[in-house]
Amino acid sequence: MIEWLIPLIVVVVLGLIVIGIYNGLVQKKMRADNAWAQIDVQLKRRADLIPNLVDTVKGYAKFEKKVLTEVTRARTSIMNAKTPAEAAKGENMLAGALKTIFAVAEAYPALKASENFKSLQEEFSTTENKIAYARQFYNDSVMQFNTAIMVFPNNLFAGLFGFGMPLDYFEIAASEKKVPKADFSDLA
Amino acid sequence: MELSFYEQVDSNRKMTFFLFSVFFFLILALGWVVSFLMDSYVIFPLFGVIAIVYILVSYYYSAGIVTRISGAISADKNEFKQLHNVVEEMSLAAGLPKPGVYVIRDSAINAFASGRDPGHAIICVTTGCLTRLSRAELTGVVAHEMSHIKNYDIRVMTMAAILVGLAVLLSDFLLRMFFWGGLGRSRDRNGGGIAIAAIVLGLLLAILTPLIAQVIKFAISRQREYLADASASELTRYPEGLASALRKIRDDSELLEAANKATAHLYIADPLKGQKIWFKGLFASHPPIDDRIAKLSVA
Repeated sequence: MIEWLIPLIVVVVLGLIVIGIYNGLVQKKMRADNAWAQIDVQLKRRADLIPNLVDTVKGYAKFEKKVLTEVTRARTSIMNAKTPAEAAKGENMLAGALKTIFAVAEAYPALKASENFKSLQEEFSTTENKIAYARQFYNDSVMQFNTAIMVFPNNLFAGLFGFGMPLDYFEIAASEKKVPKADFSDLA
Repeated sequence: MELSFYEQVDSNRKMTFFLFSVFFFLILALGWVVSFLMDSYVIFPLFGVIAIVYILVSYYYSAGIVTRISGAISADKNEFKQLHNVVEEMSLAAGLPKPGVYVIRDSAINAFASGRDPGHAIICVTTGCLTRLSRAELTGVVAHEMSHIKNYDIRVMTMAAILVGLAVLLSDFLLRMFFWGGLGRSRDRNGGGIAIAAIVLGLLLAILTPLIAQVIKFAISRQREYLADASASELTRYPEGLASALRKIRDDSELLEAANKATAHLYIADPLKGQKIWFKGLFASHPPIDDRIAKLSVA
């Protein structure tokens, strides 16, 4: 009686541990997936704001055609992005172009004062913040998931459960991290 | 000593249960005194039933009750666009669903959060917050409230507000009852000795109830403010925003009219500005604001 009871208990306990590991991994994966969906929503939302911005700005200010086409191109690449890495590329391109537009707008008081432009500016800054915060949460979730599949004993089972691959972080482009250079050569 | 997030949540659940138990037995004790005084066996079980119903109602309708008491109104999505945006930003940072957004029309700078869990939570700020704080400062304040939601502080704090509120009301009522009416009859029937003992006991209870309630409330409220400040900086990664908001609150002498003794500990900073507090250290509902600013500035 006792002889086969002990192995039975061992098997049950081991089974429970494995179930615990599996559920923990599923939960972390779901959290990361959901966090990604949140970023995706915000990226698309910002992309949707762009035609609006372009229309508003066109009426007031003269921009190089290049800037406006670049914004539109970045927008399409975000709309078509499938993975975090692709979206990050389009998003970085867009962030640069948008900065130029808002910087140029500074020189046009009538544009800056228009209600439409002001509310667009709040919309863009909140979307920008949301992307940043969602990215922060996503990267934290990814770190937790990637750690969870690598620590012992989870690493023995992660591959078996189909959780072998670590997730991609949502990276900031090198160009955004660079400090802008001021050019004073013409002052000399 | 640093509490992990899960320990914090767990201790908040236990504290809520503890609060409910203390409240339940206090009400039962009061019921016993009253039924003794009134010579009636109906009142004691009646108090028990009332206590249970009150606990259930305050658990499930917590946020609604507190907003009602504080005169908060649901924030219109167009009129308070920026507030809605900031709350959405912070719920993304915390990975929580967006809480209900409320405002109190008052020019004092203050805010609170309430509800029973992150799925049933609200954040409320005064309109003073919106007009007098910058966007970064407002974000710091909202992040502080979001932290209270995330670690279930809101549950304990809201329950404390509602339960303590009733305890204060009840003992006031009892005291009044001792002075007018109710007593005359029982004194005639039982003779002096027992009635006087009952009066003394009743008075003692009536005095002790709000006192115990106060101590419980303060015990649960002060450490959490530091913790919420710390987690707020984790959400915004910009402690200076909240620090600067706290500085503005400190330099402002305006009181928040809608706050009272039962709800004061819910707010981000003492809305009563330390009024009517005899033993400042033990009974202040909030840690000194300068300490909080200092801790944020070091971080």
